[in-house]
Amino acid sequence: MQKYSAFELFKRALGGHQGWERQWRQPALKPAYDAVIIGAGGHGLATAYYLAKEHGVRNVAVIERGWLGGGNTGRNTTIIRSNYLFDESAALYDHALKIWDTLSQDINYNVMYSARGVMMLAHTVHDVQSAKRHIHANRLNGVDNEWLTPEQAKEFCPPLNISQNIRYPIMGAALQRRGGTARHDAVAWGYARAADALGVDIIQNCEVTGIRRDASGAVEAVETTKGVVRTKKVGVVAAGHTSVVMAMAGLRMPLESYPLQALVSEPVKPAFPCVVMSNTIHAYISQSDKGELVIGAGTDAYTSYSQRGALHITEHTLDAICELFPMFRRMRMLRNWGGIVDVTPDRSPILSKTAVPGLYVNCGWGTGGFKATPGSGHVFAHTIARDEPHPINAPFTLDRFRDGYLIDEAAAAAVAH
Amino acid sequence: MSAPFRLPAGGRIDRSKPLSFSFDGKSYPGFAGDTLASALIASGVHLMGRSFKYHRPRGFLTAGPDEPNALVGVGASDDRYTPNLRAPVVELHDGLVAESQNRWPSLSFDVGAINDVLLGRFIPAGFYYKTFMWPKSFWKSVYEPKIRAAAGLGRPPKDPDSARYTQVYHHTDILVIGTGPAGLAAALAAAKSGLRVLVCDEQPEFGGSLLHDLSSSIDGKTPAQFVADAVADLARQPNVTLLTRTTAFGYTPHNMIGLIERVTDHIAHADPKLPRERMWHVRAGEVVLATGAIERPLVFPENDRPGVMLADAARAYANRWAAKPGSRAVVATADDGAYRAALDLKAAGVEIALIADMRANPTGALVAQARAAGIRVETGSVVTGTRGRLRVKTAHVARLDANGNAGAPEPFACDLVLMSGGWTPTVHLFSQSRGKLRWDEALGAYVPGTSAERERSAGGCRGVYDLQAVLADGTAAGEDAVRAAKGMPGPSRGFMVTGSPATSGGYLGAVPHDRNPATVKAFVDFQNDVTAKDLKLATREGMRSIEHVKRYTTTGMATDQGKTSNMNALGIVSDSLKTPIPQIGLTTFRMPYTPVTFGAFAGASRGDLFDPVRRTPAHDWAVAEGATFEPVGQWKRAWWFPKAGEDMHAAVDREVKAIRTSVGLFDASTLGKIEVVGPDAAKFMELMYTNAWAKLGVGRCRYGVMLREDGFVMDDGVIGRIADDRFHVTTTTGGAPRVLAHMEDYLQTEFPHLDVWLTSITEQWAVIAVQGPKAREVIAPLVDGVDLSTAAFPHMSVRECKVCGVPARLFRVSFTGELGFEINVPADYGRAVWEAVHASGKPFGITPYGTEAMHVARAEKGYIIVGQETDGTATPDDVGLGWAIGKTKPDFVGKRALARPSMANADRKQLVGLLTKDPKTTLEEGAQIVADAHVEMPARMIGHVTSSYQSPTLGRSIAMAMVKGGRARIGSSLFVPMPDGVIEATVVEPIFYDKEGARLDA
Amino acid sequence: MLIINCPICGPRPEIEFRYGGEAHVARPAGTETLDDQTVADRLYMRTNPKGLHFERWRHAHGCGKYFNAVRDTVSDFFVTTYKAGEPKPDVAALLKDQAR
Repeated sequence: MQKYSAFELFKRALGGHQGWERQWRQPALKPAYDAVIIGAGGHGLATAYYLAKEHGVRNVAVIERGWLGGGNTGRNTTIIRSNYLFDESAALYDHALKIWDTLSQDINYNVMYSARGVMMLAHTVHDVQSAKRHIHANRLNGVDNEWLTPEQAKEFCPPLNISQNIRYPIMGAALQRRGGTARHDAVAWGYARAADALGVDIIQNCEVTGIRRDASGAVEAVETTKGVVRTKKVGVVAAGHTSVVMAMAGLRMPLESYPLQALVSEPVKPAFPCVVMSNTIHAYISQSDKGELVIGAGTDAYTSYSQRGALHITEHTLDAICELFPMFRRMRMLRNWGGIVDVTPDRSPILSKTAVPGLYVNCGWGTGGFKATPGSGHVFAHTIARDEPHPINAPFTLDRFRDGYLIDEAAAAAVAH
Repeated sequence: MSAPFRLPAGGRIDRSKPLSFSFDGKSYPGFAGDTLASALIASGVHLMGRSFKYHRPRGFLTAGPDEPNALVGVGASDDRYTPNLRAPVVELHDGLVAESQNRWPSLSFDVGAINDVLLGRFIPAGFYYKTFMWPKSFWKSVYEPKIRAAAGLGRPPKDPDSARYTQVYHHTDILVIGTGPAGLAAALAAAKSGLRVLVCDEQPEFGGSLLHDLSSSIDGKTPAQFVADAVADLARQPNVTLLTRTTAFGYTPHNMIGLIERVTDHIAHADPKLPRERMWHVRAGEVVLATGAIERPLVFPENDRPGVMLADAARAYANRWAAKPGSRAVVATADDGAYRAALDLKAAGVEIALIADMRANPTGALVAQARAAGIRVETGSVVTGTRGRLRVKTAHVARLDANGNAGAPEPFACDLVLMSGGWTPTVHLFSQSRGKLRWDEALGAYVPGTSAERERSAGGCRGVYDLQAVLADGTAAGEDAVRAAKGMPGPSRGFMVTGSPATSGGYLGAVPHDRNPATVKAFVDFQNDVTAKDLKLATREGMRSIEHVKRYTTTGMATDQGKTSNMNALGIVSDSLKTPIPQIGLTTFRMPYTPVTFGAFAGASRGDLFDPVRRTPAHDWAVAEGATFEPVGQWKRAWWFPKAGEDMHAAVDREVKAIRTSVGLFDASTLGKIEVVGPDAAKFMELMYTNAWAKLGVGRCRYGVMLREDGFVMDDGVIGRIADDRFHVTTTTGGAPRVLAHMEDYLQTEFPHLDVWLTSITEQWAVIAVQGPKAREVIAPLVDGVDLSTAAFPHMSVRECKVCGVPARLFRVSFTGELGFEINVPADYGRAVWEAVHASGKPFGITPYGTEAMHVARAEKGYIIVGQETDGTATPDDVGLGWAIGKTKPDFVGKRALARPSMANADRKQLVGLLTKDPKTTLEEGAQIVADAHVEMPARMIGHVTSSYQSPTLGRSIAMAMVKGGRARIGSSLFVPMPDGVIEATVVEPIFYDKEGARLDA
Repeated sequence: MLIINCPICGPRPEIEFRYGGEAHVARPAGTETLDDQTVADRLYMRTNPKGLHFERWRHAHGCGKYFNAVRDTVSDFFVTTYKAGEPKPDVAALLKDQAR
């Protein structure tokens, strides 16, 4: 893999940048692979990368219906944090956060992980109780998360309106300083480039049309629009479309796919230093490296694969932003878009073996999958390579819905992002 | 003040109304009808801003909302300041204050331009992905802050916006978007039908391209006269609504179109009663899209200097605003349209140095006219570069050889370069509607293909450009809309057009040149400083999808969203990959068409109207008493009632003591209330709650637990049986709507055989809780017709009676553990009865208490609060309510799920009480619990504190907690590790006071 | 904002309605004969199709009735709506009708 560095940049500049190699190949689909990953989003590409790097499984294809990184990876608001309530969740997301810290150096691609701090506002007594419960649990799990008074919150984020005369005054906030954002496209591209360099074939514009099982019921091949691929191991990482792909193997999933909208403002000079989220009034906001305010909220009300949301949902989101930050009322929406998120009943992901031998699934990240990308790929690669879960993803089984051992982050906090 | 480039006559400006405005602190003249751009051009100002990355000087590229360069901040004060406005669409008013952006220290001398001159070659597309990684710590401390400071365009407003915004919902049979020739013709055709027609245009006046057309003739009229007559005709018809300054920005499902109307920004001293902007949500039966087309730049080296602009934009400045864009022009084109611009500008007094046409043999009528007018036309020629620091001074023109390679250039002195690469249909709204675009090879453009919604496109937005054809197309679209809306069209009409020769031509991609490709900059996306070589680099690095190229180079991602650049970018990528354009794809068009103010989306939804506050009948009484309030759901509830000098702790202490020793008064009106009525009411209750209801006597109450189908506690409340067929159900404050919807769901879909009606009565009954040993004495004088003695009216009873002469439902219930009553009276009498109870209690020192004292008192008794002790993962047994499950009942919602093995696991979290070793130490709610005093990280947490208070009654701290296997741990010690030390606590039964319940009858 | 055709009230804007999830899902009722897998299936497993979806809506700010609908989850256009308790409509026939 061609090295990326300031020196290389300088050197190539002198050659008119003619010397840069392609970041990944455009390989033809081979007739057989040791493992096939369905979905070239961040999670799928990370899975392939760690399969190759940590488990020596390099004969891997990542099959993508559209263009790599074109699903939720390229449509989310890039929030990264790990201050989840339950031990299982905190372990999973903090595993990811630790990888984020050195990811740029590891894959030699600047993913611009920016530990700007993620602040979650409390507007009611119930919010305060919930935030404190998170903070104490996080502290004992070694995950940073601290309580701020309204004044401390404003000091950290000056645009915050801490007047007690607003509809939902701010009673305090939980702050995770290691939380922040990263550049979403760079995550997909960086993993794609690094996986490609280790021999992984990334096949774009190739739709999976079927999953073949042998007489014993185990996976034996994947049918695609570019041909049939023999493989004993298939990892489904098709956020939004998981139910559709799993149905090809005859499995029903505890998932519903909802539209999730986001929007950006026109770019302005630095005005917002961190990420702020409010579950009570349903909005979150940060400012991108480019200067755009990046804004999101909860999912739309009904299941849909349409990749667009309703205007009234946008309005509710901006109501909330204008209420919290009245100086942004004059800012203007530049672009609004929708992704498709698959949501589980307990709002926790599924990283699991399935009833079909050789079929593995990584899904159900709801509105918050981006932050987990490196950790998710890391433990899912382990699951596929060894046919058994990594201790970190062992609780996130598909069977937990049958057995009733839910990891109910939804119940713990109204919305989990 | 004079404006040296103002033409002596003509234009649509009102010369009787001179105006004055300022740009970067300098004062300029203008006229009513000017835009900021036209007035500055009339004053000879072309340097307008600096580009995003290289800080290159930039002027006006366009005369419309597609402008990428001339972005300004407008507003004299911070509460009225808007960044990033496009100068060509900022209407001038007297006293307007505008400033340039993204420059320091000044627009003409900008230090950031070092990025262009020295650093430019080191910062190609995507360079930041390749560097800034070492040393790792520098990213956060050095690199990122610098990148962020350099990024962004305008300065963000610092003060809250003082403007107001409103919203309108509107229904129309036909919506016509755009009022150029196609839109006007469509509107005229639609209006005659008598159907409701809404016509909107983003500009301050209708007419579109006709407003700067001086040469055509329609039905023997000038275009201006045609427009005036057409608008007058439309305005006369009562079924037609006309909206100027109104942009259709979003096409959402089922023909819901978002419009944004700019109401006051163009007025110097607007009526304060008017909103700044008005957002229209239009539900249209049929839509006609007549959104026109956007002219494309030519991608030649240094095509970005101030003075280089689109040909038709220059023509518009001269014809419409009487602003001469320069003195001597070089015209670079691949399309006939630029000849029309050259002819009109020549007529306006601009010397045309030459027309350099890329095409080898252009033949249109306009070409002949230009030649006949004596304009030098060089065919097979291109501009290969320009010179000039803050304004173009020279353009270099070279001939293309037979292979399409540029030869040696010849310099031409000029202060204006006009360019035209042809036109791109404005298909944004069509694409937003999810219509499928179709690549038209002959036209070299994407045009509307298959529709998804009830709409049709007409004119330029579907690639029809010839005026005669555009008018006919508009008429046909209008008639088609009428036919679709009511089944038959009206009489057709045609238009007679002369003086408007048909045009052809167009070019996509980078113009050939003889310059060093490694160093020269030919801009595709002007605002984001994306050059042809950036796009080629992206394809070289493996980006194949146009989405990848877009995201890697940021082309098309600036505030103009690629209006002038996307097609050229596609052309370059297509050329670079040797792949036809349709196979490269097209980036998705997203709402909004042009940026829309956040405040307009929020409309009136701000302050109290952000989420209307629900208030109880006694709310104002509590306000007058100085209560502190807390938000609970949509309600504001009295939290505590401080007396002079009291803090929360002191007030709550006093309030709880009053409940325990005398009597307290509490506003419980926010409790959800549902009346369940009907012959099968009891059967329905059996299914909805875990408890048994059939045998509950009339006049008796029971505490009910409601589960979700998955077996977890959803809600609880006391339920009274008013009659055989009538239950008065109470719910938690926040849960009321959820519980009613849950009940309706099951009643309608699972148990439709049951004859039951459900009615929300939360707002109908005010609830006044009187709690404490003196409660009976307080209410006795006010109650008619009920024997209040314990024997006749025991705990958990309900009677219909009169209180203060008002019909009432009197409950004998207690959430404090004391003798208690809850008086339900019709809400309109709530305040009066409240005051009467308060007066009656005066002799006993009756004490109003808030939610905090209520919480403390109930915690002393170990009563749970759903949502505090439970979190959606608790079964009834987990929270000590196993007794409330009717085990012999055949069915209730959640029964089967409760029987799953995991629900009976001994390791489940169970409700317990905690007593800290030090009675003065109060645990923090939410604090985590461990079993071992020696805490090692990560700690093994076995539970958490759900409720914790200093109990005034017990004189010590008490807490409730959910602990794994908690009931088996009673008597043992557990530990609460806090940042400053570990707190030891003993596990006890979760009831701290009056375990026997003796005080209920005290 | 969608237009939804309430079988009782007629077409109304989406904000008057509440979505109610997949339709025709059997309740894990009080019978003791269901095994745990069946209970989990009914509680949690969903068809979640990309295409035609049988789903429930409630006209919450209208007549209050729950009803069923068939909607294409790709285009968000409705094929039909029908009252709760009525059998699944013959969608193929309906689509043929609408195409005509």
